[in-house]
Amino acid sequence: MSKVYDVAIIGGGPGGLTSALYASRGKLSTVVIEKGQVGGQAATTEEIENWPGTEHTTGPQLTENMRKHAEKFGTEFVRDDVQGLEADGFIKTIKGRNAEYQAKSVIIATGAEPRVLGIPGEREFRGKGVSYCATCDADFFEELDVVVLGNGDAAIEEAMFLAKFAETVTIIVIHEEGKVDATPVVAEKAFKHDKLKWVWNSTISEIGGDGIVEYVDVKNINTNEVTRMDTHGVFVFVGTVPRTKAFANLINVDDYGYAIVDPQTLESNVDGVFVVGDCRQKHLRQVVTAAGDGATAAVLAEKYIHEEEGFIEDVVDVDKPVIVAFWSPTSEASMAAMPKIEAAVKELGDAVKLVKIDMYRNSRISSRYEIIEVPTVTVFNKGEVVEKLVGLDVTTEALVNKVKELN
Amino acid sequence: MMLSLDRKNFDAEVLESQGWVLVDYWSPKCEPCKELKPHVEKLGEKYGESMKFCELDITKARRVAIGQKVMGLPVVAFYFDGEKKAELTGDITPEAVEEKINELLG
Ligand SMILES: Cc1cc2nc3c(=O)[nH]c(=O)nc-3n(C[C@H](O)[C@H](O)[C@H](O)COP(=O)(O)OP(=O)(O)OC[C@H]3O[C@@H](n4cnc5c(N)ncnc54)[C@H](O)[C@@H]3O)c2cc1C
Repeated sequence: MSKVYDVAIIGGGPGGLTSALYASRGKLSTVVIEKGQVGGQAATTEEIENWPGTEHTTGPQLTENMRKHAEKFGTEFVRDDVQGLEADGFIKTIKGRNAEYQAKSVIIATGAEPRVLGIPGEREFRGKGVSYCATCDADFFEELDVVVLGNGDAAIEEAMFLAKFAETVTIIVIHEEGKVDATPVVAEKAFKHDKLKWVWNSTISEIGGDGIVEYVDVKNINTNEVTRMDTHGVFVFVGTVPRTKAFANLINVDDYGYAIVDPQTLESNVDGVFVVGDCRQKHLRQVVTAAGDGATAAVLAEKYIHEEEGFIEDVVDVDKPVIVAFWSPTSEASMAAMPKIEAAVKELGDAVKLVKIDMYRNSRISSRYEIIEVPTVTVFNKGEVVEKLVGLDVTTEALVNKVKELN
Repeated sequence: MMLSLDRKNFDAEVLESQGWVLVDYWSPKCEPCKELKPHVEKLGEKYGESMKFCELDITKARRVAIGQKVMGLPVVAFYFDGEKKAELTGDITPEAVEEKINELLG
């Protein structure tokens, strides 16, 4: 296999594109692997009013700018559908449908996809009036009637977008009258909109028609009463599901499939593998938060590479025993152990090398070698730990004896 | 190159045409469609001998599409002697299109 990238980013939505910008601008060799069109979910909306500094833009426009921006700093783009990841060493392998890719760090930015309700007719009438993308399909419904199911920001904003085309737009809301999940500024605008109609306390129990959608059965959840309503289209916006299946055997995910990462660093349970954007556990799934995640992960990926390469060079790929002293400037005990270690190194001379690691600043390597307290001194030989001394067991004599045994 | 369909030539090129015809329904606003289209075009180079490959921009022929019961994108439909025999909808992968072609051509 040819190239080993510094950073491989899986998914080219706002999260992945921002990671790509930060990584490539930081002079890391960077690739974005995207199975479809760059832009992700954001590219499926015509109305973005909450990207700071831009009062209004369209999703395709914003994400195309993000792509160009990353490309300007040298990001490579490849089209492939990632099926799995192997990440048990420093060099990780990403398995795509078409090829394999190697990288030192991986940023998973695979986002989410629309949740399918699973009601009768929903599958059958896909492309026949059932839609999850208003931008894609609005044109069909000029002067026709549509219903929108859902009441979050996406549902309400897309309903207003559809109202530019359709004759009527009926929003079916599961909550009591006047209550929606959308943010107040979005809801207020929608309540004033004269083309929108509202049905409360309800959901859709079935979609039907003869070859194309002709009606929906609207069910009142309080009375269980079902009313048939004629319509030409049904737009479903009832949340999203994360696209983490390809990694679920490796990465910790919650019951819904959202990746669980360190909230500070966005690193997953696998070293050097980060998760950003809509596919991770978080409170707000938006373009701006995906972008923020992307920036954080790129910077932390760089730190990871730097630390790992330093450790490999200083400790693992060394042809004599290496004493690695884990210490912390805030620990009296570890300060007190230092002279004993220095004395051993002095006595051993050329036969040994000393490396000091601040346990709290390099917590990844500390935890990989199960360092729980300072001082802890490990002796490495040919890349492997052959001795570990903790606390008061750290003595000049013990270290000298161990290293002499090895030589 | 795929044959571009519109209001005027749809009937002649699809409904009154002999043999297999593939129609890729798309629109310039549909990102998944634009992602799929080049793949379908490529399949056209491979299977063009035994199937006529066409594309229809629905913004130019909305009524034609609705007449074909296409009310959402992307859709790839297969016609034989003018009659619709099969159709792919939803998240269409290039692999699924090729599989369908092979299945239909037998
Ligand atoms: C209709 C709608 C309207 C919205 N409106 C707004 C709005 O106005 N403002 C706002 O801030 N947010 C809005 N959002 C939310 C916003 O789009 C998302 O929060 C944002 O796109 C998340 O970015 P992401 O990078 O995490 O993931 P995504 O945008 O989901 O991108 C993920 C990318 O990864 C790719 N991918 C997935 N799996 C693989 C794989 N295995 N191999 C290769 N590639 C893969 C996908 O093809 C996709 O391109 C809206 C969402 C929707 C659906």
